[in-house]
Amino acid sequence: MPTTADDTIVGRGNADGARLFREWFAGLTAAAEAGRGSAYVFVMGSLAELLRTFDFPIVFPEINSLQTAVRRVAHEYLNEAEDHGYSPDICGYVKADVATQLRGGELPMGRIPKPAIAVYTNACNTYIKWAEIWERMYKVPVVTIDIPGTRAAGTQTWPGNPDFENDRAYVLAQLRELIPTLERVSGVRFDIDRLREAMGHANTMNTMWGRVLALNAARPSVFNALSDGTIYLGVANGFRGAPEGARYFTELVEELEYKSAHGIGTLTDERYRLLFIGVPCYPIFRRFTEMFTELGGTFVGSTYLRFASGGANLGFTYDLARPLESLAEGLLIGVRDAMDNMFFQTDILIQMLDDLGADGLVYHPIKSCRTVSTGLADSRRALLAARDVPSLFMESDMMDRRVVSEAQLKNRIDAFFEGLASRRAQAAIRGD
Amino acid sequence: MTAVTTFPEWQGQSADGMIAVCRELLEDDTYPTVRRWREAGGKVVGHFQVYFPEEIVHGAGMLPFKVRGGPVEPAQADSRFGSYLCSIVKTSLELVLSRRVELELFVTHPICDAARNLAAVWGRNFPYPCQILYLPQNPNSAHAVAYLRGEYDRLRRTVETVAGRAVSDDDLRRSLTIYNTNRALLRELYALKRDVPWLVAADEAYALMAVGGLIPREEHNSLLGRALPLLRTRDLRRHDRVRVVFEGGFCEQPPLDLLRAIARSCYVVDDDLMIGLRWILEDVSMDGDPLHHLAHAYLERSSYSPVQHDLRKPKEEMLLHRIQAAGAQAAIVTAAKMCEPGLEEQVTYTHALEAAGVPFFVSEFEENMTSFETLEIQLETFVENLLFD
Repeated sequence: MPTTADDTIVGRGNADGARLFREWFAGLTAAAEAGRGSAYVFVMGSLAELLRTFDFPIVFPEINSLQTAVRRVAHEYLNEAEDHGYSPDICGYVKADVATQLRGGELPMGRIPKPAIAVYTNACNTYIKWAEIWERMYKVPVVTIDIPGTRAAGTQTWPGNPDFENDRAYVLAQLRELIPTLERVSGVRFDIDRLREAMGHANTMNTMWGRVLALNAARPSVFNALSDGTIYLGVANGFRGAPEGARYFTELVEELEYKSAHGIGTLTDERYRLLFIGVPCYPIFRRFTEMFTELGGTFVGSTYLRFASGGANLGFTYDLARPLESLAEGLLIGVRDAMDNMFFQTDILIQMLDDLGADGLVYHPIKSCRTVSTGLADSRRALLAARDVPSLFMESDMMDRRVVSEAQLKNRIDAFFEGLASRRAQAAIRGD
Repeated sequence: MTAVTTFPEWQGQSADGMIAVCRELLEDDTYPTVRRWREAGGKVVGHFQVYFPEEIVHGAGMLPFKVRGGPVEPAQADSRFGSYLCSIVKTSLELVLSRRVELELFVTHPICDAARNLAAVWGRNFPYPCQILYLPQNPNSAHAVAYLRGEYDRLRRTVETVAGRAVSDDDLRRSLTIYNTNRALLRELYALKRDVPWLVAADEAYALMAVGGLIPREEHNSLLGRALPLLRTRDLRRHDRVRVVFEGGFCEQPPLDLLRAIARSCYVVDDDLMIGLRWILEDVSMDGDPLHHLAHAYLERSSYSPVQHDLRKPKEEMLLHRIQAAGAQAAIVTAAKMCEPGLEEQVTYTHALEAAGVPFFVSEFEENMTSFETLEIQLETFVENLLFD
């Protein structure tokens, strides 16, 4: 039950998230101005809990890039990268970052420091190609932490299985190899107790993140997975392994439990509960969400909040008695789940439909991201064969406004809601 | 399961005749060699580009079939994918949806974000096993060989289940012998291309090489063993053409007619076409544990491509080395349309070539493109500039 019977906590998560974000960028700007080198990482398997123990400022280029789109300047960055030789047909995040680097780290939110090292997983292949750009640009170490994913739908293995142990030994070996590189680049000695502390904060965050997602089963839903959820996601990534992150999510759960207990939702009249599959349309971020909320639709869940949190949704708890081994296991299981949410998502979506009581699905494949988008049409076909559920499939982009047509999207969304209404009316006539 | 001859058409032919039937086979969308294999009771394992340890499948008596797109319209496959994708993933799926090719097992790799999705897409459409072989993406880890040995062992168990028989170390050694011979013959073909390029044009060498992905490797060895001496004795004159390296054919393949258009003005003295067939650069050791040696060779005795990040193989330096080793004067730097790794690498390649003063020609292609006139005119202009500079 909530500990605070006071409506002032409603909205705290969004306000605190925005504040933490500003503070994070102020810190990065200060680091850039001081000439400090940073660790460049990505959201799926950031290893922030390890990197923090070496005092690196942590930069998430994906988050920087999407911010250029939200702030409606992405096209300037994309054009600059394309002038540098990059094709219109590659990831917009990469191109916005190339332009950011060419501008000395200048972004609308502040300035990011140059990388001293890049550490990234293979959850997205583009991470690897992206890091190669920094490798060439700055001659800094770039380290791939290779996380073998699920080989085929429904074949995940677990501790004790020889195939899992083969994967775990590989991940653990890579972490052990990474540590001396981090020591050399940072000049900070590895301190396993600091790692334990950071992993403890990550444990709190993981547990709370799982709870946040589950709380949206409430009717009405307590947050919109697309708009509010993206704020939470930013904190989950930017403050992973930090005390601020653990505190934020503890308080967020308190807020959402309060809302759930008091029937406080995101809409005055929540008519349709939807799942979002894909990556948000950042060039018209607010308007995109409004096109659904104006018609009584709210997103109660998304694959985005699962894969872009690196699998934090699983609520994996590190064993602090054996930190490095447990970090390897958690990284393997978490990143694997993130990949499953992109590649092998049919059963996951069916579970989310049931758990969250969703009325429909919105698929949003995007030009920029083959990782997320390649299989969505087929995934939808398979899901509709398994479940009789309305769905909307519309393509645009997360960065490039040249392929985002608001009018076309609006037409599709309006038609989708007409279908939802008609379906509900027919069900009422049948007495379902 | 090697009694059937799947590709007898080349036997008794001249060099020109052999090249012609290889071309026909590559452009035949009915895949007759796979059909003949199946009609004889054989099983087929499809594996997507770039590299796959075919020896494990071969050791089980099954036919490894290199899935690399095809000359087909993706009529059914289009509805399974989004809009912004390379052609090869669509036409590859089309081959099986249209039942032009039937498989017992499909394996893809994490070479790119589109390819990795194929196991899931394929698996939702077919009842047979469809999986990802997680080739290591951190080849610089000291543990990568041990991990890959374990991953190959996992694949061996899958293959055994599909084949209905065990794959012993001796089976693997027999397969390694055949594949070592094949790799040696392909090295000979490429040496010929490099040393006397007027005897074998780019499209001709490609046809002879690429059929290897469609037939049992024993047959390919016989074919190459016959073709190589015939090529050496061709009565062809040297022409005033530019020696170039062709880069960008590691996954989706350019149409043969595009290679022929290039060959009209250039000697392609080296390339990365179907690099997976030539990924391992030396004979794989026959002593001891064959899976270990196969894993070791993949990581330590191998070529390069945009889909493998290895700190020891900076790709632009590898390209410059390829150009130098082949005695090339210029490079053709291509990428398949919508191929993210290829397009990203193109930027690096062109910057590096510019810095090194190596002339280069940049283009994009698609496997099913049919018009080459503009590209050929542009290439001729490029070549003339070099010849008369």
